[in-house]
Amino acid sequence: MSATMDPTNELAPARAASDQDWRKLVNYGLLTAMGLIFISLANMPIGLDGRKIIEPLLSMGYVSLLWLPAMMGYTVTAEKVLEGMTEYRKGARELVAGAVVGLIGGAGLSLLVVLLDTFDLRDPLVNWSPQLFDLLTFDNGVGHGIGFWLVIGAGLGLSGGAMHVLPTIGRRVVASVILWVLAFSVFETVIADISEGIKLEWLTDEIYYVRGGLSQQGALGVAVVGILFALFGRERVREAKQTFQSYEGPQRTKANAVMIAICGAAAIFLPLVLGRITNELLANVGLFVLLALGLNIVVGLAGILDLGYVAFFAVGGYTTAILTSANRGESWPDWMPHAHWFVALVIVVLFAALTGLFIGAPVIRMRGDYLAIVTLGFGEIIRLLFLSDWLGGYTGGAQGVTNIPGVDLGFANIKGTDPRAIFYLVAVFCALAIYVSWRLEKSRLGRAWMAIREDESVAEAMGINTVNAKLMAFVVGAVLASFSGAIFAAKVGSIFPTSFIILVSIVILVVVIVGGMGNIIGVIAGAAVLIGVLGGPKQPGLLAEFSEFKLLIYGALLIWMMLKRPEGLVPNVRRSRELHQDEFLQDAWLKGQVDTADDHADDEDLGGEGRVTPA
Amino acid sequence: MSGERLLTIDNLSVTFGGLHALKDLNFHVDEGEIVSVIGPNGAGKTTFFNMISGMVTPTSGDIVFQGESLLGLDPNQVTSRGIARTFQNVRLFANMTILENVMVAQHCRTKQGIWGTLFNTAGFQKEEQEIRDWGEKVLGFFGSRLVGYRLEQPASVLSYANRRRLEIARAMATKPTIILLDEPVAGMNPKESEELTGLIGKLRSEWGFTVVMIEHDMKVVRDVSDRVVVLDHGETIAQGSYEEVSTDPQVIEAYLGRPAEEAS
Repeated sequence: MSATMDPTNELAPARAASDQDWRKLVNYGLLTAMGLIFISLANMPIGLDGRKIIEPLLSMGYVSLLWLPAMMGYTVTAEKVLEGMTEYRKGARELVAGAVVGLIGGAGLSLLVVLLDTFDLRDPLVNWSPQLFDLLTFDNGVGHGIGFWLVIGAGLGLSGGAMHVLPTIGRRVVASVILWVLAFSVFETVIADISEGIKLEWLTDEIYYVRGGLSQQGALGVAVVGILFALFGRERVREAKQTFQSYEGPQRTKANAVMIAICGAAAIFLPLVLGRITNELLANVGLFVLLALGLNIVVGLAGILDLGYVAFFAVGGYTTAILTSANRGESWPDWMPHAHWFVALVIVVLFAALTGLFIGAPVIRMRGDYLAIVTLGFGEIIRLLFLSDWLGGYTGGAQGVTNIPGVDLGFANIKGTDPRAIFYLVAVFCALAIYVSWRLEKSRLGRAWMAIREDESVAEAMGINTVNAKLMAFVVGAVLASFSGAIFAAKVGSIFPTSFIILVSIVILVVVIVGGMGNIIGVIAGAAVLIGVLGGPKQPGLLAEFSEFKLLIYGALLIWMMLKRPEGLVPNVRRSRELHQDEFLQDAWLKGQVDTADDHADDEDLGGEGRVTPA
Repeated sequence: MSGERLLTIDNLSVTFGGLHALKDLNFHVDEGEIVSVIGPNGAGKTTFFNMISGMVTPTSGDIVFQGESLLGLDPNQVTSRGIARTFQNVRLFANMTILENVMVAQHCRTKQGIWGTLFNTAGFQKEEQEIRDWGEKVLGFFGSRLVGYRLEQPASVLSYANRRRLEIARAMATKPTIILLDEPVAGMNPKESEELTGLIGKLRSEWGFTVVMIEHDMKVVRDVSDRVVVLDHGETIAQGSYEEVSTDPQVIEAYLGRPAEEAS
């Protein structure tokens, strides 16, 4: 965002290799070492070793260690050159710095190898295991282990530093190759499913090894694609994006319509070629998209930090279950009919809206932290009510409600055993939620929410009934969550209080934050990345091996996002303006859009003539 | 020039803990008046505005607006009854666009809810257009400064003087009867404040608003007010025309202190 110097400008000559900020290098090196030891003792190398990226050369386990020295080697000499600062030519200095950082990191890991060999700390540290020792020494004993890691560390650090030295195109090629190979590895199931779905089994066999991981020739092929993309495709994609963004007025509407049509077509046809597991995954992502879109209205638009959002998901799920199941709690009277799912849905919506009002009314007059804590409490209260003996006769207590029928459409019965049908059902409701979010955002109500988010007292002084507006946000959010709950009940077929733990609220919130608060596409992207790739609270994602480390990665990702990109993956314009106010104003100033106090373009027609003397 | 009585404040006191922010205050505004409230720092002027606009609840006394008591009303209800205000320390919705700032202020004058929004009804479209038109109209009050390409820019890019102007436009957008201006020219240069003085006059003559304003700039107060009310330590110490007030010994004492020989 900030004003970087024109790259064509004359660069200052490279600094000498010895001209280093040694203190910084040591700091970065120690950080790398600590990171590597932490990752090792968190068991990531072993836990992820089963997931091969390139069979048999490289597994996710090793990648969990290898990325760190390379990245730190790159970061240590990365500097942001602002207007007026000297930009130096890159050279030996960057290479040395990278290598030093990597070497210290490698030394840290070597130290761990020695310690693993000498002490047995298995008691406090469960992952202090012979397996870890074998993995770190490549089954070759302490000496080799130390040697390997010093060399590998320095080498990776060096290559990280070398990224600065490479010309731009070279850097792009390297980044593109890494990205493509990783993407093909992560999306293995999806890509295999698609190529099988369109009768290209031979392609799958060529690229992937039978039991997972890219084959060597496959990796080579993907790398070539990556290189070609960096050389020829990247610019095209960028241009297309720019053209798209430059559209205005009716042209823009048309372009948007085309994009929506493409996305819609993909949502319809993609599940047809995908297999069971991938469709199941898509359905899970869809459920969370629905939840996250609802929470996005509450948090992203109205600025109400609701930490108990799962309550509405639970209400939706339980209401559907009780109304439709043949095996609901025994305290219900016999004459109560077993409703059809769609009939139940109407009652679910009403009931969720009521719950929204019921929880919202006491909570809404609070602000900020107080509100967050109270909603957190209500989220738990609702779950405990469903779990309690007091309501056990109605909700089944810990046994939950089972035997929930699917959605009977007459020609088909949508239930969990058919994930494709469930996905279509979810997709319909997602489309509805997207439409609702989109319409509300630029309406009278949406503007009122934004004003409340910006400054609640002023919003009230400007005539907005903040209590009503906030309650409305709560209710809309509650209804969207209850849709998700209703589908969840039909999908799983049975419902237990443990499905609605506090972690679900947190995960939904993380999806919204990581994706981009206040942005519909951002929220969808967030759900796809977190739920689809890493996995949800109870469902595995594409990287099923990651489920053990899911929360660790969620946490790390959240911290990283808050530091580096607080506006999320796909940011909302307003939020990024708010978070980067200085940079935004600087940009606007450079473009001559900021007005200064001496902007008196129309003094002539206003000066003095309206003066009124006291009567 | 004065019409019928719009706002009457009767024996009103506001106490924070043991501190009397306002004490037995009596005040009134007639339709079509421009009244200035002046006084040294800490005299209770902003508390006075906060109390009228419902942000502070008085300890005793009554506020009657158009024959109806405002006591116990929320700020939004006061605004919808027809009293709009600006803030001393400009408080715009900085990340909303300039147009949105004035559009959102029409909330209490409009009524389209969730159904109209979702189904994009004719009523909804008509109301949106009206909100937009009125918004552009009040922005147009300040010449070309806040309109044109500026409409879609966030309020945060505006200069200090233009933020003050936008605040006034936002208050105007609520379609008020009385507009309360809290130091409208603070931070403006002499030329800008002279221009705004003219505009405050137009608020009455062209838009029909009654104006109550807090101001420190005596030139502005002199040029535009029908009546000046002086507050000190939460009490009214003088009121009348600018000439009367500016020669009142109590007022001079409040601003300058007592001569040395009388003190002690």
